[in-house]
Amino acid sequence: MSPIKISWKSLWSKPLSSALNMMLIAFGTGILTILLLASHQISQKLDNNSKDIDLVVGAKGSPLQLILSSIYYIDFPTGNIPLKSAKELSRSPFVKRAVPLALGDNYNGTRIVGTDSNFVALYQLKLNDGKFWNNDFEATIGAGVAKEHQLKVGDTFFGAHGLSSTSDVHKNHPYTVSGILESQGNVTDNLILTNIASVWKMHDDHEDDHKNEAASKHGDHQHAAAKQVENEDDKELTSLLIQYRSPMSVAIFPRMVNETTNMQAASPAQESTSLFSLIGVGVETLQWFAVLIMLIAAISVFVNLYNSLKERQYDLAIMRTLGASRGKLFLIVIIEGIILTLAGTIIGVALGHFALQFIGNYQESNQARLTGIIFLKEEIYLFVAGLAIGIFAAIIPAIQAYKSNISKILSKN
Amino acid sequence: MISLKSVTHRYHPQQDIRFEDWQIDAGSQWLLLGASGSGKSTLLHILTGILKPEQGHVTIKGTSIYDLSAKALDQFRGRNIGIIFQRPHLIKSLSISENLVIAQSFANLPTDLKRVDEVLGALGIADKKNAYPDQLSQGQLQRVSIARAVINKPALLIADEPTSSLDDNNARIVLELLMQQSGANQATLVVATHDKRVKDAFKHTYELS
Repeated sequence: MSPIKISWKSLWSKPLSSALNMMLIAFGTGILTILLLASHQISQKLDNNSKDIDLVVGAKGSPLQLILSSIYYIDFPTGNIPLKSAKELSRSPFVKRAVPLALGDNYNGTRIVGTDSNFVALYQLKLNDGKFWNNDFEATIGAGVAKEHQLKVGDTFFGAHGLSSTSDVHKNHPYTVSGILESQGNVTDNLILTNIASVWKMHDDHEDDHKNEAASKHGDHQHAAAKQVENEDDKELTSLLIQYRSPMSVAIFPRMVNETTNMQAASPAQESTSLFSLIGVGVETLQWFAVLIMLIAAISVFVNLYNSLKERQYDLAIMRTLGASRGKLFLIVIIEGIILTLAGTIIGVALGHFALQFIGNYQESNQARLTGIIFLKEEIYLFVAGLAIGIFAAIIPAIQAYKSNISKILSKN
Repeated sequence: MISLKSVTHRYHPQQDIRFEDWQIDAGSQWLLLGASGSGKSTLLHILTGILKPEQGHVTIKGTSIYDLSAKALDQFRGRNIGIIFQRPHLIKSLSISENLVIAQSFANLPTDLKRVDEVLGALGIADKKNAYPDQLSQGQLQRVSIARAVINKPALLIADEPTSSLDDNNARIVLELLMQQSGANQATLVVATHDKRVKDAFKHTYELS
């Protein structure tokens, strides 16, 4: 019979305290697993989505909010910028590519983004089915959108005003799905893309309705008529995503935007870093909490083994009289510690994955959805830590078992 | 053949105890007598390689056991010496048959379940094979500890007060089984006791003063 089986049997003979120790370890590793997976996914999402974007230009306000709304499609936009100024900036020699964004509508919580072919080039989008949007009210939808809302090429849907509410539906203009994108593993999976004109037209009608109402009330027909004359110059965008022509631009361009226009420039890299450092405080606190739990678990395993050693020293002495060497007793006690902590670690890692998957299912935002079905190399370290805690907690009892004077123990009884 | 030669044990720096030389022929059955505190357990521990004496040699089957390395001595003990204690200490987390199997594996012998059945059968407890120690009576447990002691067919079978915690009937049965098992396994038997019920059964006696 191997030492492993003897240790295993010994643990089974006291199931409650073994289970308690395993639970403590599992709880600690579970929290660490969730933190590891979540922070990995968040930073990966942050990186993936802002990969090729050097700068975002939008209305003045919080730069973080601008980044969140224009790159991650999470927060509300800071406001609008005039199309005219945006066009001027796009022509700047510092800019290699400028992608216009017009936000403001959604379909059942999925954001509708008015943009042009630069967006396709920026994210290197590929089609899975159909074609890219071409005419007004044609939409190309992300793989996630197609799956979630069960839309096919040729289907139609109505956009609603706002970024998440479904109350104010634009009934006049249905969108037609012209194509479905390949899954990209970034925000574009959960977006509906169309041309800017569609977003404008949707809102022109909308505003016209309101203005006509207002105009008729005030008897001011002239204003409403003037609206028709105003062309592109009066139009507005939400923001511009900018790729620099050369790295040199970093030094000049953002300052130029911030100082000479009434728009603001925000750097995704900078804002992501500051966002991550905000999250980081919480992550760090939880990490220490988990480490504390692991420490308590280690002490608990130690106390458990140490106490049971007192009861078992006669057993161990008998094993010696049956021919077991000191080394074998050492091994039996150490293996007990390792089985406890390693089993706890396995349970904890599994729990962590389940918990994160569960959390992901209940998350509101599609863009920041976390999943538990992802395995990282770093998880190996959790097992190494489990192993180390097991050895750490069992080493003193094991040395005692090794050094015990069996003649003394046997003659005591 | 087992011999004890000029063995001295030191309890405290000033208090040595010297044991008379002892020759035990293979297959003979001995009684080790002595009042409690006379060094009975000490002598048994020295004889079984558990306690290294201050001086002297213990030779079993031609091997001077205290010249072996610690690990080799443990294995030698597992293979050649069976020990029965006053109280039948079995490993509580293991079943009866597993308690016998670990005696085989600790001695580095292959697991032999046939031998386990054979020994348990000979001691009349074959039906308790899968039970756990806390389900058995004292008398049954003592039989299991005899089974464990003889499982590897040892050359030397040593019993330390095997009957003192048993009633007359069980004491008689255990003694009979001990003598019968040592005969069946061709083992030399040494029984240490101060139990008067046991004395008459033995021809040879080694007395401690």
